[in-house]
This record gives sequence, C-alpha cells and structure tokens, in this order.
Amino acid sequence: MLNLINGVLHPKKVVAQLVQQGVSHYVTLPDSETANMYEALLAEPSITIVPVAREGEAIPVAVGLFVAGQNPVISIQNAGLFEAGDALRGLALGIGFPLVMFIGYRGHNRHGDTPDSAAIFLEPYLHMWRVDYFVVESNDDLDRVPLAFDLAKKSNQPVAVAIGTEYAEPEPVGTGQ
Amino acid sequence: MITYADACRVINESRGDAVSVTTMTQTKYWNEISSEPDLDASISNAMSKASSVALGVALGDPERKVLCLDSDGSLLMNLGSLATIAGMAPENLYHFVFNNGIYAVTGGQPVPAPGVEYTKVALGCGYKSAHRFDDIESMDTALPGIIAGAGPVLIEIIVKGEPARAGGVDQTWESNAKLPLQLRALRARLTGTDDWGSGGYYI
Repeated sequence: MLNLINGVLHPKKVVAQLVQQGVSHYVTLPDSETANMYEALLAEPSITIVPVAREGEAIPVAVGLFVAGQNPVISIQNAGLFEAGDALRGLALGIGFPLVMFIGYRGHNRHGDTPDSAAIFLEPYLHMWRVDYFVVESNDDLDRVPLAFDLAKKSNQPVAVAIGTEYAEPEPVGTGQ
Repeated sequence: MITYADACRVINESRGDAVSVTTMTQTKYWNEISSEPDLDASISNAMSKASSVALGVALGDPERKVLCLDSDGSLLMNLGSLATIAGMAPENLYHFVFNNGIYAVTGGQPVPAPGVEYTKVALGCGYKSAHRFDDIESMDTALPGIIAGAGPVLIEIIVKGEPARAGGVDQTWESNAKLPLQLRALRARLTGTDDWGSGGYYI
C-alpha cells in the first residue's frame, strides 16, 4: 500500500511532549504502530509504564492513578479502543475524566480506501462517543499534543490523539533528534 | 458459607485508613458499615472494572493500602486484570472476591463456571498469596495478619447468593452522579487538593 504520510514521527519527540506535560504513567497494551514508542519510554525514568492484559483495563487503571494524584495517559490501538467502549462510557465519559488517550490508528493511510475496518471505524466511533481528537501523523503535527492536554483539562473529558503512522525507529544517540 | 454483612464487617474491622474500591452486591453492605466513606469508591457504572481502578489507586499511592471488594461474575469479565495486577505487583493491594456463583443482580443465573477457584488462578498469575474462606470465624482470625502483610493478595470469600430484588439496577441521574462525586472526594482526600471540576454526564 502506498505510504501517503509525509514525514516521520520520532518517538523521542513524543516522549518529550509527555515529559513536558508532567505525565507520570503510560498505561498501555503495545500494538504494531507503537512498538518503537515503548522502547523510547523505557529510557525515560520519569514515566512508569503500566502494561495491561486487555485494552478495557487501561481507562480504569488510569482513573485509579488520577484519583491518587498521578497524571496518566493511555496508549492503545484503535481495535483495542473498540473493546474498551464500556470503560470509555461508564468511566472516562461518565465521571468527566480529563484523560489523553493515544490511539494507534492502524490502517490509516490518508488515501481513503483502506481495507482495514479498524481504521474505517475509528473516527466515526470517536464521533459517536462525542470524543474530541487530534490526528498526529508526523513530527510536524506534534503541536497538537499539548492542545489535546489543554482540551482535556478545560473540558474534564477524555481527548484522543490518533497516531496515524508507525513510530519511527529510535534515533541513534547523538543525532540531536 | 459467609454472609455479605459478616464479611464486610470483618473487612472493615481490619481496614484502618485503606481505600476501598467496591462493586455489585457487597457495595450495599459495605456502605452501611464503612468507617471511612471519604475513602470509598463504588464502581457502579462500569461492570468488572473495580480491580483495575483499585490497581491504579494502589500504584498511584503506594504508601496507602487499597482494598478491592470484587465479585466472581465481575472478575470473570476482567480476568486478565489478575495478570496485570501480578505484573505490577503492588504490595498495598488486597483483592477480595465475593464468590456466590451467580449473577445476583440479574436474578441469580449461574456464572459460566461456578467452580472456578480464584485463589488458584491468582497464584497462577503471580499474586504473592491467596486465601479462601467459607466460614466467618476463620476469616475473622486470619484477616488482620493478611492485611498486615504484603500484597498483592487475593482473598476469596464463599458467600450465600442473594438474587436481586425486583427493580434491578438503580439507574437514575442521581444514582449515576454518585461515582463521579465519590471519585472527586477520594482524590481530594488523597491529594489534599480539590481541583477536579465538574464534567461528564452527571455532574
């Protein structure tokens, strides 16, 4: 399939955004788009990775962390967000939880003819739940990440950041990326 | 066989200033005797997620003990949370499972496998220890020592099922506002700051 995304998304730059936002915990079930992000997070001592066995656990674990005074985000794939629908309804939306949800946008290609139903349904699904979202496809879009945090805080609602490309390989040490 | 009321009473006697995260039938009994209502959260509108919320609180405030009052039907819906909890290994988490073998709130239908031994599942996942009680005297004797020790611990309580009264689950705007209000009160208590404003459908 044609890669129609311009540019690349470097995981260290996203990690830097999380550090800037004071994120304490990254609750995640790794997926094919975010594997390199996981590796980059392992090198960031200020953020604790909390691996979950199923995506539906991610939002409630984040709720508990937030109630205890922490500042979590979650990272799951679009297919996993569908599985997590009841937690999104009953907890994130139901309690007014200012949570930034990083969602792997598997199948996204900007071409509009993706055969991956996980991509086809993601944005309609977010609209259905009335969840605002930002699509991040490359480093050029990273200014949308702080916008997502700001919107979540102002609205006391979950906000999604749809990661529309696979994170790039970690940059070699000393490249200044 | 243990009654819900006795089990909740005995747990509360060993509670200290622990956070409680409850769900389903035991919530009603817990609310009647809880010595620290500001430290209680009843996960009433997201079935099966009590264990996951409790894990988050335990990780977020490792100096405070967290009691999760879960049930068998709920845990079966979120059984992977046992592995998630074991993986993070919070020493301050005590996971009670009220096992009645039925879906009480829907009228008493049996769960898919009423014979599941949750202690064995928890140990297989990697919990530090697990205990099973079917009489209140044994539970009363052992529980202080269990809670004084390190978690994660699963405590399975064999209780007499109480199929729901007519009327089913309470779903009103007021009842659904309880959870967001409880969680804000709990965050204020744990952090000392009341900084979580209104939001969501109910408040």
